Amino acid sequence: MYKIAVMGDRDSIYGFASLGLVPFSLTDPAAAARKLRELAESGYGIIYITEALAAQLEEEIDRYQEAELPAIILIPGVTGNTGQGIRAVKKSVEQAVGSDIIFNGG
Amino acid sequence: MSAKHVNPTRMELTRLKKKLTTARRGHKLLKDKRDELMRQFLEMVRENKVLREKVEVGIRNANQNFVLARAGMSEEALNVALMAPKQEVYLEAETKNVMSVEIPVFHYKTRTSDPGDIYSYGYAFTSSDLDDAVKSLADLLPEMLCLAEREKSCQLMAAEIERTRRRVNALEHVVIPETEQNIRYITMKLDENERSSQTRLMKVKDMMLEQTHKYTSHGDVKILEDES
Repeated sequence: MYKIAVMGDRDSIYGFASLGLVPFSLTDPAAAARKLRELAESGYGIIYITEALAAQLEEEIDRYQEAELPAIILIPGVTGNTGQGIRAVKKSVEQAVGSDIIFNGG
Repeated sequence: MSAKHVNPTRMELTRLKKKLTTARRGHKLLKDKRDELMRQFLEMVRENKVLREKVEVGIRNANQNFVLARAGMSEEALNVALMAPKQEVYLEAETKNVMSVEIPVFHYKTRTSDPGDIYSYGYAFTSSDLDDAVKSLADLLPEMLCLAEREKSCQLMAAEIERTRRRVNALEHVVIPETEQNIRYITMKLDENERSSQTRLMKVKDMMLEQTHKYTSHGDVKILEDES
């Protein structure tokens, strides 16, 4: 049985609490990295992270890229969509195919 | 290319031939695996893209709703309203095997039997905007879970495709040509050895005939010459 976490700045994530996801409002990258590691090892199946926070945690996130769980998924925060989430998808296309054929470089 | 020294023996030749057949078969299998993985990956990644766009739009709308809700309420009231969540989501993760890649399949259960049971507050002191906001986010949850599943699968498959591609290329461009080269080298060497021992034997035979009977196996010409 896994739980679902949401990480990011408070304004972006507090709504998720009402759905039963577990919010962790963090803005400091170092603390967030620690928390991420802690969550990954303590039974969270999915961790949603706001793009703004994820941008500062790339190394940490990449470590879980090839692990089966947790799935770390970027979501846009309240400050707007930076396009980083879709870039992550693009990156895996490039990794698999060798070049980006789905998004046509756009 | 065959910088590595190989023993030109029949045993080594048999071993290399076996290795070559295995490598060829492995190459074919891996190539098939790569092609099938790629097909499934592309399908998955297209879905992923569509879902992600949908979820991103959904989250933006939800965020707008929350901003509205916050504008209509005091900070404290909002905090109190969302302080004690009523609902909890439990996630079950199974794995599905797709071409030897274990991809996750998520099922989720909510704590209360009614998944619409999301309002953790009385309606008296909150604005209806908050209800809308919470609702818009709740509607998005199944899609967000689906997105998580797809995106994780894509990441895992991408890694596996990369690995498989490396293996296919290594077999195709390194292992198979090298083995073929070595086999050619050994057959050449063995043939050469055989020819050399053949000529040596012929020479020895000639010498022995010469010694005992004073004639060669090439015909009488030489004997006649000798006698005259």
